[in-house]
Amino acid sequence: MAYIKALSYYLPNRVVTNEELLQEFPEWSIDKVAAKVGVYSRHLAAEDETAGDLAEIAARKLFEEYNIDPKDIDFILLCTQSSDYILPSTACILQNRLGIPTTAGAFDYNLGCSGCVYGMAMADSFIKSGLAKNVLLLTAETYQKYLHPLDKSNRSIFGDGAAACLISTDGFAEIGEFELGTDGSGANNLIVKTGGARHKRATGRHVEDEDGHIRYDDYLYMNGSAIFNFTLDVVPGLINRILDKNSLNNEDIDLYVFHQANKYMLNTIRKVCTFPKEKFYINLENTGNTVSSTVFIGLKDCINMGNIKSGDIVMISGFGVGLSWGGTILKF
Amino acid sequence: MELNEFVSLFADQFDETDPSEISADCKFHDLDEWSSLTGMAVIAMAKLKFGKTVTGAELRKCVTVEDVYKLICS
Repeated sequence: MAYIKALSYYLPNRVVTNEELLQEFPEWSIDKVAAKVGVYSRHLAAEDETAGDLAEIAARKLFEEYNIDPKDIDFILLCTQSSDYILPSTACILQNRLGIPTTAGAFDYNLGCSGCVYGMAMADSFIKSGLAKNVLLLTAETYQKYLHPLDKSNRSIFGDGAAACLISTDGFAEIGEFELGTDGSGANNLIVKTGGARHKRATGRHVEDEDGHIRYDDYLYMNGSAIFNFTLDVVPGLINRILDKNSLNNEDIDLYVFHQANKYMLNTIRKVCTFPKEKFYINLENTGNTVSSTVFIGLKDCINMGNIKSGDIVMISGFGVGLSWGGTILKF
Repeated sequence: MELNEFVSLFADQFDETDPSEISADCKFHDLDEWSSLTGMAVIAMAKLKFGKTVTGAELRKCVTVEDVYKLICS
């Protein structure tokens, strides 16, 4: 069995409130938008602060909070789509910066909103196979750096942040069976098109998409209606398969902590699945959508607020860029 | 579902627009409150009430509420 043994997160210092965004877009009804998407402020990494930097601070917080010796870590997994370099893996750099032994394995993997679940699935498998005993799973993202200055919708939704989770042979939450999925046919619906090997050079091009939003080649693009439809198509089935794999019913679940994409989408999922409000966690008011860190941030806040107690069964799931999705059960 | 029933359901997706402003021949894209978020509400309604997937592109092509009715209920 594998367990969550420690969990921390870090949000960068700079906070951008809706009032600040309103100064840039005075004609925008941001209050009405905020009431629906549920974000009132978000944190932004500094210009010279990378996802690797955020992950390092999150890891140091974890070590301090739980009195963990970095020398006990034998694997580092870093989930990010904002690596410090094309190569090497930022996880390798973090091994050195965090004082983790050179006998530890380390690599980055490129996923977004489903990344926390995929990292847990890998860590769980590494522990069950005997490959590792103490896996440091880091999720870190700086999507705000990918956003066009005029892309007010995404600038209001996303926030930067990082989380650190120690997955081990013992701990406070037993990790259940995983359900994962992928549909690459939707890759273009959430994409930064240029800068990688396929389209290395910036094009400077932009066109209006089907929702009336501007699609910039050189910045993050999200087809909101397509992602919304994808979520409504995939998540209800995902929930049922997670329950089946873990031999549970919805009545057994004490709390659902899903990827905090935006409040409107989460509320719609909740209504589709007819989950009671009190069992369905929604809180991204002061963080925004931090991509791969939302589930960890949600779990940590729930633990701190006493919303999760010993004996509780919690379902987690992530879904988004890829398109990619996954989920599992945590028994506290 | 009858058209008038659909029009009332469509009007429910708006928070501030008076339902009397929304008729079958209403050019909904011109309504002050119409935005991509209202579009999401219509997409969700299509999915939840009618089990139908409506894309942003399809919704953009519709001019009147009746066009949306034909799209979803056809």
